[in-house]
Parts: sequence; C-alpha cells; structure tokens
Amino acid sequence: MRNLLAIVLVALTLPALAEEGGPQLERAPIDPHDRISLQRGAQIFVNHCLNCHSASLMRYARLEDLGLSEAEIRDNLMFTTDKVGDTMTTAMDTKIAKAAFGVVPPDLSLIGRSRSPDWLYSYLRGFYRDPATKTGWNNTVFPNVSMPHVLSEQQGVQGLEVTRRMDEETGDAKVTTRLVMERPGSMKPVEYDHYVADLVNYLAYMGEPAQQSRRHWGILVLFVLAGFYVLTAMLKKEYWKDVR
Amino acid sequence: MTAIVQDDVDEKRRRVLLIATAAAGAALGGATAVPFLASWLPSARALAAGAPVDADISRIEPGQQVTFEWRGKPVWVLRRTPEMLDQLPKHDGVLVDPQSNDSDQPAYAKNPTRSIKPEVLVAVGVCTHLGCSPTLKKEIGAASDMGADWPGGYYCPCHNSRFDLAARVFKGSPAPKNLVIPPHRYVSDALVVIGEDTKGA
Amino acid sequence: MAVLNKPPVTGAGRFNGVLTWVDQRFPLVRMWNEQLAQYYAPKNFNFWYYFGSLALLVLVIQITSGIFLTMNYKPDAASAFASVEYIMRDVPGGWFIRYVHSTGASMFFVCVYLHMVRGLMYGSYRKPRELIWIFGVMIYLALMGEAFFGYLLPWGQMSYWGAQVIINLFGTIPFIGEPLAIWIRGDYNVSDATLNRFFALHVIALPLVLLGLVAAHLTALHEVGSSNPDGVEIYDDIDPASGHPRDGIPMHPYYTIKDLLGVAVFLIVFASIVFFTPEMGGYFLEANNFIPADPLKTPPHIAPVWYFTPFYAMLRAIPPMFQSQFPGVAVMGAATMILFLVPWLDRGRVKSIRYRGPKYKAWFTIFVISFLLLGYLGVEPTTVWGEFSKGLPIVGGDYIALWVARVLTVFYFGFFLLMPWYTANDREKPQPKRVVW
Repeated sequence: MRNLLAIVLVALTLPALAEEGGPQLERAPIDPHDRISLQRGAQIFVNHCLNCHSASLMRYARLEDLGLSEAEIRDNLMFTTDKVGDTMTTAMDTKIAKAAFGVVPPDLSLIGRSRSPDWLYSYLRGFYRDPATKTGWNNTVFPNVSMPHVLSEQQGVQGLEVTRRMDEETGDAKVTTRLVMERPGSMKPVEYDHYVADLVNYLAYMGEPAQQSRRHWGILVLFVLAGFYVLTAMLKKEYWKDVR
Repeated sequence: MTAIVQDDVDEKRRRVLLIATAAAGAALGGATAVPFLASWLPSARALAAGAPVDADISRIEPGQQVTFEWRGKPVWVLRRTPEMLDQLPKHDGVLVDPQSNDSDQPAYAKNPTRSIKPEVLVAVGVCTHLGCSPTLKKEIGAASDMGADWPGGYYCPCHNSRFDLAARVFKGSPAPKNLVIPPHRYVSDALVVIGEDTKGA
Repeated sequence: MAVLNKPPVTGAGRFNGVLTWVDQRFPLVRMWNEQLAQYYAPKNFNFWYYFGSLALLVLVIQITSGIFLTMNYKPDAASAFASVEYIMRDVPGGWFIRYVHSTGASMFFVCVYLHMVRGLMYGSYRKPRELIWIFGVMIYLALMGEAFFGYLLPWGQMSYWGAQVIINLFGTIPFIGEPLAIWIRGDYNVSDATLNRFFALHVIALPLVLLGLVAAHLTALHEVGSSNPDGVEIYDDIDPASGHPRDGIPMHPYYTIKDLLGVAVFLIVFASIVFFTPEMGGYFLEANNFIPADPLKTPPHIAPVWYFTPFYAMLRAIPPMFQSQFPGVAVMGAATMILFLVPWLDRGRVKSIRYRGPKYKAWFTIFVISFLLLGYLGVEPTTVWGEFSKGLPIVGGDYIALWVARVLTVFYFGFFLLMPWYTANDREKPQPKRVVW
C-alpha cells in the first residue's frame, strides 16, 4: 500500500513537465486589504472605464465596503445616476460602441475573475503604438485588441522594439520584443505602475465584493470546526475503548 | 467473546462528552442555518428598489393630488385648499380615531392635519382593510356624490370604507385604522423625499 | 387491540411516553434496532470506510444549498448568468450558499471516487454484494448526469460550450445521432430551451432518482451486511452467547460516533475550500465561466470539469474512424459501463487487496495511475507535452500526450478485461478466518 501511495505521489508531479505558453505576465502588486488603494482604484474606474464599459452587476451602494460613506460615493463616484442603489451602467450606447470599436466593450463586473489580476496589470501596461491597427494601438498581452490606450495620457506612448537574431546553431531566427517609452506621459513609470495597481486592485475587488468577508468568516468557522473536531475525537476514543 | 467488552465504563465522562458534542453540533447547525435564513431578507436589489423616492410637488395646484410610487405602493400628495382644511376639525364624532392614537404615522405627523405642512397631505393610498386603493372624492357636501354632509375625503370601492381629507377612517367603515402616513422629509417647498424620516422632528 | 400490545419504549427518559405512542403506530423501535442499535458491522473499518457516509452528507448539503439557490436563480438564457451574480452580490449570505454548492459538487465526486476505490480494493462487490455495487454504479452514472445538467445552469462560456461539445458527442451515434442531439437540446443549438429542461432535470428529476438509488443501495447493503478490509464474512462466525458476529460491533453508538468524527474532519476540509479557495485554482470554478455564454465565440481551451477529465482524455485519444468521432464516444461510454461487470470479472478467491497476489496488485496500481494521469491529460490541451520528433516510426510528429493517453486507455481497459485471467492465476495469500485487529 505504501508503495502504491509513493508511485501515485510521484505520478502527481508529472504536471511539472507541462510546456509554458501565452504571454509573460507580471505579478500584480495589489493588497486587497488596502482600502485607500481600492478607493483610488474605484475613482480611476469610474472616471476612465465607465465611459465605454459597464459594470452592470455592481451597485454603487456596495462601495461602502471600501470604507466610503453614501455621501462620499455620491459626490465622487456617481456621474450617470443619482440613486446610490443603482448598478454601474455606462452612458455609451451599445450600437455606437459597436460601430466605433467593432465590438461592444465587455462588461467589467467580473473581469477580475475571468482574467487574473496579473493579466489585467500586465495588459494595462502593455499598450504600444501600432499604425497597422484600427485604433492605432496594440497590446503585448492581448494582440489586436479593439480597445485604445485610454490611459496613454498618464503612461505615455510606448513602442514595440523588435530585434531579430540568427541563432548560430539551428539557423532559426530568434525574435525578441521589448516595450520602449517613446513619449512620456504625465506620470513616471513607477507612478503609473501604482496607478494601474490601484485600478487592478479595484477590479479584483469588484469581481468578488464578498471576498474579504468570506475570508474573515472562514477564520472564525475553522476555529469553531477545530474545536468540534477535538470534541468528536474525544467522544470516539472514549466509546471505542469498548471495542476489543 | 464478542468484540464489545464493557468493563469499567466511565459513564460520567461519556455523558459529559455526549452532551458537549451534541450541544456543539446543535450550535454548529444553528449557525449554519443563519446564512440560509438571512438569504430571505430583502436583497440589495429589493432595498435599492425600495429606496426613498424624490417627489417634485412644485406643480401641484391647490386641490390637486398626484400619486407617486414607493415600495410598490401608491403614495398620494394632496395639496389641500383652505376650505378642505376647515372641514378637518368638524367631524371628530364620526371618526374612529380622530387623534390618530392607533394609526400608523411618524411622530411629526401625529397632529390634526396628519402632516408636516398643514396644506400638504402625504399618505399611503392603500386601504387599511384589505389593501385596495381608495378614490379621492374631494368635492364637499352636495356637490359630491357622497351625501350632503360629506366633508371631502376618500372612498374605497372594494368594501365601502371612507376616509376624510386627513386620511382618517369614518365610523361604519370595515377599515379599522386611519391610512398610513409614510416617513417623509421636505428638502425644500418643492421637493419632498418619500421614505426618509424628517430628522430631529 | 392486539396491534397495541408491543412492549413500551424504555431507556429514553422523559420521552418514553411519546415514543411508545409513536412506536405503536410506526415501526420506530424496530427500525432503530434493525438499522442502528442491533445492526452489526465489522469492527475493522479503516480510513476508506468514511466515504460512504460522507457522500450521503454531501448529498444532503447539495440538496439544501440547491433548494436555496433555486429561490433566486432564474433558468432563462437572458437572466441566468446575472441571477447567479445576483446571488453572489445582492442576496444576503448568497455567496456562501453558492460556494457551498459549487464546492459540494466537486467534493461529491471526491467522496464517491474514494468510496469506489474502497469497493475495488477490498472486493466489496463480491457475492453476495453484487447488487449493492450495481446500484452504486447507477448512482455514479446518475451523479455524472446531475453534474452535467447542473453545469449548464450558470450559463457561462464553459457551461455553454461544454454542453455543446458533450451533446454533439451524442450526435456522432450512427443513424440516430443528429435527430437525437436536436431532441436533447430542444433546438438546433444549445439555447434557452436546453437550459430550461436541464434545470428541471437537475433540480428535481435526477435528485429524485439519486435519492431512490441511494435508498436501494443502503437497503441492499443492510440486507447482507458490510464487508471489511480483510474480506472476512463476519456473519460466518457468530458468538453463541450473544447471537452476534464475533467480529461485529453495533452501528450505534460505535459507527455513528466514528462517522461523526469523519464528518468533523470533512467539514474542516470543506470549509477551508468554501472560505479560502472556492475556485480551487480554476478546477472547481473555472475562470472562463465568469464570462457570459457567447454562442459566437468559443473559448480557446475547453475542458470538462476535473471529475470528467479521465473519460475526456480517453475520448480524445481515440482517432476518428470512418469519418466519425463515434468510436471515441463508444470507448468513453464503455469505460463507465464496464464497471457494472466487475463482480463477474473478478475470479479471485480472496476479496481484499491485502491477500491478493502480485499480479492483481500490479494491475490495480497501473489502473489507479492510469486513471489519475488520464485525468490530468484531460484537463490540459493535447499539446501539453509537445511532439515526437518527425523521424520516428508510427508516432513521428504526433503529440506525446496523445500517445500516452492511448497507452493509458489500454491499461485502464486491461485492468478490467484481463481481470478474469490475472485474478484466477495469481499467488494469493490465504484469507484469514477472523478480522485482523
């Protein structure tokens, strides 16, 4: 039996042999406990994203999770409605959006879950100028994306530097790409990274507003269950003294 | 020889452990029931839909009534004329509850006109009998179709309950109580928020 | 009246009176004794014997959480996805109920698979327990159906495309395939019609079937009594003084209390997942399912949920033949149906793996590893291990994972189909007369 177990455990390590694929993603430096970051991210979201994207599953009133009062939400974050119980809809007409971008900008309520925070962080920093596309923009993480670089004013304009090298051994061409800053924006790269991190933090929160609550309850529940386990173990041991 | 040998059984310990585990299990079960039962509370969507309603009353003429919807119910805003207001103190004898002691209204509406501003009545238009919505019969006396001594008020077509222009129920009506006055708050003379209490009132 | 002449209930303290009243009108005492207090089970149950009662617990959990989800879920293609998020965000405690149900679905399969492994390992299906095993395989099939129907309900991208692919598999059945697929869907494509009927099947039809099968499973079990890790028949050795099996102990209180301990451990695992990692790295809740279903856009990588992946890997391993994918479908179907035959394929003399010979142990090991590895391959795309170099004969240029899956599928079937041979010709150890304690 032990041998069987050993073999099974070894077999379970085989996933490590899997090949890597897809764009390289950078770790998003977000802290879900940082309420100030989340509040900033909410403001960035409402100011820059809701123009085209909706978040129709997220209610403004829920933003009280972030430590905001109803008045603060109304004054700083609500532009298209005055009912704090409403959901975050966009003002843009879907037909106009489809005509302008070729596709309706997707609803972002769950983007923090369908795309990981790492993906979003890398995506928002991966735009570069590309005259060949319809918008004039392209993205290293999402090639030929229909979305223009909404935050180009802050980040600046990047270009894609493509280097071709001949591999002496195999004769294959090795292509490496690198993003370079062509025209700086209003923020330094480090500032922009923090800016994007705040936004991604907010998007991750918005994908699952109950996340913090869930973890806090989990700690309590596990403590209680550990206690229950101790009781049931003692009860079992006591009664099984009878079994010979 | 069976597998069970019960020599030297510590009955006391077993009872203590059984009771402790049973109590813990019951507590766990109760705690687990809480989120399930809580799921029946009004959701964020219901709360949003039940949120206070802004009622613009600037264009309501004296003698005119406008109906607003709050929490799925009709809420009347009636701008009473001086003649209507004069009728109010004259018929306490035929009212079930002229002082509104048993009826449902905020503290700031427990007064002879059952309102904050004397001329503006804000009332929930749902009969306190079985929930039909009464009709406004604002003509006074012979001009109405309610009899010569009709002081103006509301008539419920379902079971003939009658209420005066302060929404107080007449004796002889099947309805037991005066109509409900909802919490409301004046932001200005032109705007009243139905569903929010007047603070410090 | 003669009927009321049963002896009164004793030993229940202040409840004696009420219970006596009930017992005169309902076989309460008889059921209590026959199923619990006087139902004798082998005393040597080990870790593997927890999973039957745990599976029953998960069934109760799923029904309870499912009922409460149904109170807010809308089975309409236009509102289904949003109604799930409504539960997650707007309904008080809704996120908890949803995660309990999604975690429970996967944990159901964890418990059932481990329960089945126990059955295979210890020969629990051997005479006279064949019918328990048959009901069990029927439960497994019903559970797979229940999971499949349930998975469409959130109406995400994986829900939609997973259903599309699986129903299309039925479409490969020769002659009747296409009309059958349309009949299952109620439409030419997976649509609102499909969603609504899957909802009915998932919420009421299959749960009733499952409850009935579980009742049959337990009834058949109690008729013959449990086996045990040594394969010894405890009822062959009765203690004359008490009239009970020498190696048996009453279900209550010994196994009710021991199973309660199992429940406590299980709840710790369950709660850890629900509260800390409900997505389980994308295995319990897939990232793509947080995108609403789009009939016009297939996700780049479709995989069924983890509990189906071993069979999915087998399906993909079989190449199309005669321009049809049906052989792969047939192999996949055979892989589950062959379980029914196990009681008759096993020609061994001993029941438990503890006393089997090296041939059986080798095949059993191969079977377990094959199943697990096929499961892994089913999750990943076929490209996962790259390709063989082009020069090689037969396999040249093909994906490595494809050929590994083919070999593993052969091993999987080998475990079953060769069983009559290797169980009859194995160097077994003698099965003991009494359980090893």
